[in-house]
Amino acid sequence: MSVRQNLLAAACASMVAFAVSPASSQVLRYANQGELKSLDPYTLKETTTIAHHAHVYEGLIGRDKDLKIVPALAESWETLDPLHWRFHLRKGVKFHNGDPFTADDVLFSADRVRANGSNFLSNVPADAKFVKVDDYTVDVMLSSPNPILISQWDGWYIMDKKWSEEHDSVAPTPASATTPSYAALHENGTGPFTIESHQPGVKTVFKAFPGWWRKPEHNLKEIDFTPIASDATRVAALLSGEVDVVEPVPIQDIQRVNSSGLATVQNGPELRTIFLGMDQSRDELLYSNVKGKNPFKDVRVREAFYKAIDVDLIKSRVMRGLSTPSALMIAPQLFALSKDFTRPKVDIDGAKKLLAAAGYPDGFEVTLDCPNDRYVNDAAICQAVVGMLARIGVKVDLLAQPKAQFFAKVLKPGGYKTSFFLLGWTPATMDSHNVLHDILGCRDDPKDATRGEANLGGYCNKDLDALTDKLLVETDTAKRDQMIKQAYEISIKDWAYIPLHQQALSWGVSKKVKLTQRADNQVLLYWATKQEE
Amino acid sequence: MLAFTLRRAIQAIAVMIAVGIIAFAMFRFAGDPVNQMVSIDTSAAQRAAIRESLGLNDPVLVQFVRYFVNALQFKFGISYQFRLPVADLLKERMPATLELATCATILAMGFGILLGVYSALRRDSLLAKAFQAISLIGISLPTFLIGILLIYLFSVTLGWLPSFGRGEVVKIGWWSTGLLTLSGLKALIMPSITLGLFQMTLIMRLVRAEMLEVLRTDYIRFARARGLTTRAIHFGHALKNTLVPVITVTGLQFGSVIAFAIITETVFQWPGMGLLFVQAVQNVDIPIMAAYLLMVSLIFVTINLVVDILYTIVDPRLRATISRPA
Repeated sequence: MSVRQNLLAAACASMVAFAVSPASSQVLRYANQGELKSLDPYTLKETTTIAHHAHVYEGLIGRDKDLKIVPALAESWETLDPLHWRFHLRKGVKFHNGDPFTADDVLFSADRVRANGSNFLSNVPADAKFVKVDDYTVDVMLSSPNPILISQWDGWYIMDKKWSEEHDSVAPTPASATTPSYAALHENGTGPFTIESHQPGVKTVFKAFPGWWRKPEHNLKEIDFTPIASDATRVAALLSGEVDVVEPVPIQDIQRVNSSGLATVQNGPELRTIFLGMDQSRDELLYSNVKGKNPFKDVRVREAFYKAIDVDLIKSRVMRGLSTPSALMIAPQLFALSKDFTRPKVDIDGAKKLLAAAGYPDGFEVTLDCPNDRYVNDAAICQAVVGMLARIGVKVDLLAQPKAQFFAKVLKPGGYKTSFFLLGWTPATMDSHNVLHDILGCRDDPKDATRGEANLGGYCNKDLDALTDKLLVETDTAKRDQMIKQAYEISIKDWAYIPLHQQALSWGVSKKVKLTQRADNQVLLYWATKQEE
Repeated sequence: MLAFTLRRAIQAIAVMIAVGIIAFAMFRFAGDPVNQMVSIDTSAAQRAAIRESLGLNDPVLVQFVRYFVNALQFKFGISYQFRLPVADLLKERMPATLELATCATILAMGFGILLGVYSALRRDSLLAKAFQAISLIGISLPTFLIGILLIYLFSVTLGWLPSFGRGEVVKIGWWSTGLLTLSGLKALIMPSITLGLFQMTLIMRLVRAEMLEVLRTDYIRFARARGLTTRAIHFGHALKNTLVPVITVTGLQFGSVIAFAIITETVFQWPGMGLLFVQAVQNVDIPIMAAYLLMVSLIFVTINLVVDILYTIVDPRLRATISRPA
C-alpha cells in the first residue's frame, strides 16, 4: 500500500481505539462553605460534618429522603417490653478494611460515643445498657420507657472495634491530646464511599466502595470535596463549571445561578426555626433603660412584641421569598398536628395599646443580640425587627456580632447575658420533646440539670414541664401528639417566644447532576447521579 | 558592624516578646473556643469539662507562662478545630503562601521596574501617562475586589483560568509546589496578579521618581558630556543607583505581602497560612492564631534586620557612619 493509504489506515485504527471509551469515571466535585476537619465521627456534631461522615460511616438506622426512619445496619428491631429493645443486625456487612460487622462493634461504639471527648453524648441515653445476645443480635435495656430512643441513631455511626483498638483510637479525640488522633485522619466505616485522601481544610477525595452491602442509587466513582469559604468564589466556581454542587448559595446570587443555564438552585424549607426570645427571668433587664422592673415579665409586653413583627414582610423583603413563616417553635414537617396552629396576625395598633396598658405608653429601650454569620441573613432580619419595633415605640439597640462572640455571651457558659435575642434551632431528635425540654423547659430544675439549657430567656411554666415529662415516656403516638399540642398551646398562651420562620435551603446544583434535597440540609451525594461526560 | 548587628538582634527579640504579650492579651477577647468545637445542644457540664481539659480555667499568669515556654521550644500545641499539631498544619500550608508571595513580588518587581523606567525615560508620552492613570487603580481598588473581578472575567466568562485552589501540586520532600504542573501554573496567575498589583504600582512610581531624580544629577551630566551611550548611562549607571531604595522597600514590603495574602487567599481559596489564620480567628482556634502571629512577626523582624544589614553592605557611605560610635 502507498504511504498515504498506510497513514489513513493508522489514523482510522487510532480513532477506533479512542472511540472505545473507558469505564464511566463519574467524578462529582462538591464545594461547601465549611470545612471537613476531622474524620472521627464522634467529635463534631455539626450538620455538614455529619453529612460528610454519612458517606463513609453508617448507623444502626438511617433516614430516608423524607426523614423517615429506615433500617440500615440493623435490619429490624422490636420492643419486647417498654424497657427492653432488641436489634437484629444485618449479616454479611464488611468494613472498608475487610473486617466483618458484628455485635461487638455495636457495643464498642455505644461505649465510645458516651466516652469523654465525644460530642454525641445525647444521641444514646446514658442509662441504656447494651447487651450482646449473639453475633447479630443486640439488646438495649433502659431504666425508663423511651419511645424516641432511636431518633438520633442515624447520626451515631458504628465504628470497627478491631480497627480502633489497633490504631489506639478507642477514646474519641479529647481536645487536650498531645498526639494527633489516627481516627481524625483515617476512616474505616461500612458506608458507600471510602476516603482516599484527606487534607483537613483543603481537599478530601471519596472513592466508591465496591463492597457496599446495598445497591448504590448513585453512579459516581469519585467525589472531590473542597471547602470554598468565600461566597463569591463559590458561586463563580459553580458558574464556571469547576464544581458541580455547592452549598449554600447566598440569597442574592440565586437569580444569577438560575439564569446562567449551567446550574440551578434547589430551594426548600429547612428544619431550622428562627425565633426571637426575651429575658423573662431577671428582675431587671441587663440591657434596657427600664430600671427596677423587667418589662418582659409582663405577658402583655411579650404579646405586643409578637404582634408588632411582620414575618411576611421579612419574608418578602429580607429573605426574598425564601422562608416559611412559622406558627410554632418547630418545623411543621416534624409535628403531625402542626396544621392545627395558625400564626396570630400582625396588629400594630393592638400592640401599642397592649404596651400602654402594661405601663409603657412611650415604649422603652432594649438591646437585641444577634449573630451575623450563623443563619441565613441573620443580621438583616434583626435590622428589620428593629424597624418594626420602632413602630410601636420600642427603641432597639442592635448588637450583631460573629457567632464566636455571640454564643460566648448568650449561652449558659456566658451567663445568659442577653435581654432580647435571635436564635435558630433544629431538634436533633426530629421530635418535639427536644424543643419542649431544651428551649421551653424551666432552667434550674433540681431534678434535671439539662432542662432548659438553651432557654436563653428563662421562660418557665411548670405545667408545660409536667407535660414534657409525661410525653417522654408515652408510647401511644396519638396520645403523645395530643400532649405535645397541649404543651405548645400553653407556650403560645404565655407568648413565650416569637417564632419567625423556617429558613430555606439553598443548594447550587449543575444541570448535569440530579440530587435529592433533604430538609435537614445534609448534602448526601449517595443519592446523586451525574450525566455521563 | 558586629555591635550594630547585635544591637538590632536584641531589639528584634524585644519586639517578639512584645508581640507575644499583646497576642496573648487579645485572645482573652476573641470569643469562646469551646462553643466552636461543640454543637449548640451540648450541655453546660460537657462544655465545662472541655474548658478544663484545655486549661482555660487556669489563672492568666499560668496560661501565659505555659504559652511562652512552649513557644520558645516551637511547641505550638494542638489545633482546637482540627485536633492536629499546629506546627504540622503551618508546615503543610507554608509552601503555598511563600510561593504565592514570591511570585507576586517577582511579578511586581519585574513589571514595576520596566514600567517605571519607561515612564521616567519617556515622561511625556501617552503610554507613560496611561500607566500613571492605571497605577491609581492598582492603589485604590481593594485586593478582594480585584480578585473577584479577575475571577469573573477569566474563570466565569472566558473559562481560561481556575477560580479557586492551587491545581495539581508536586511534593518534593516536605515542600509542595505548583510550579511544575500546568494546572498549578494556571492557578498561580490570578492570585499573583491580585496580590502583586499594589506592590507593582508602588514600585513603578518609586522607580519613576528615583530615576527622574538620578537623571538630573551631576555625574549623569558628566557621563553624557564624556560621550557614553544613552543605554550605558540609563541602564549602567542610573538604574543601578535607582534600585537601592527599591530593593529596600520591596524587602520591607515582602512581610506585608505575606500579610495581605490573607485576603487573596480567602478570595481564591488558596490553601495557605493566611486562609488558615482567618478561619482560626472565626473559630477561635487560639493555638493557630498564636503560632501564626509569632511566626509572622518573626518574618517581619528578620527581613528588617537583613535589609538593614544589606543596605549597609551595598552602600559604602553608610558603613562608615555606623562603624563610628555615635
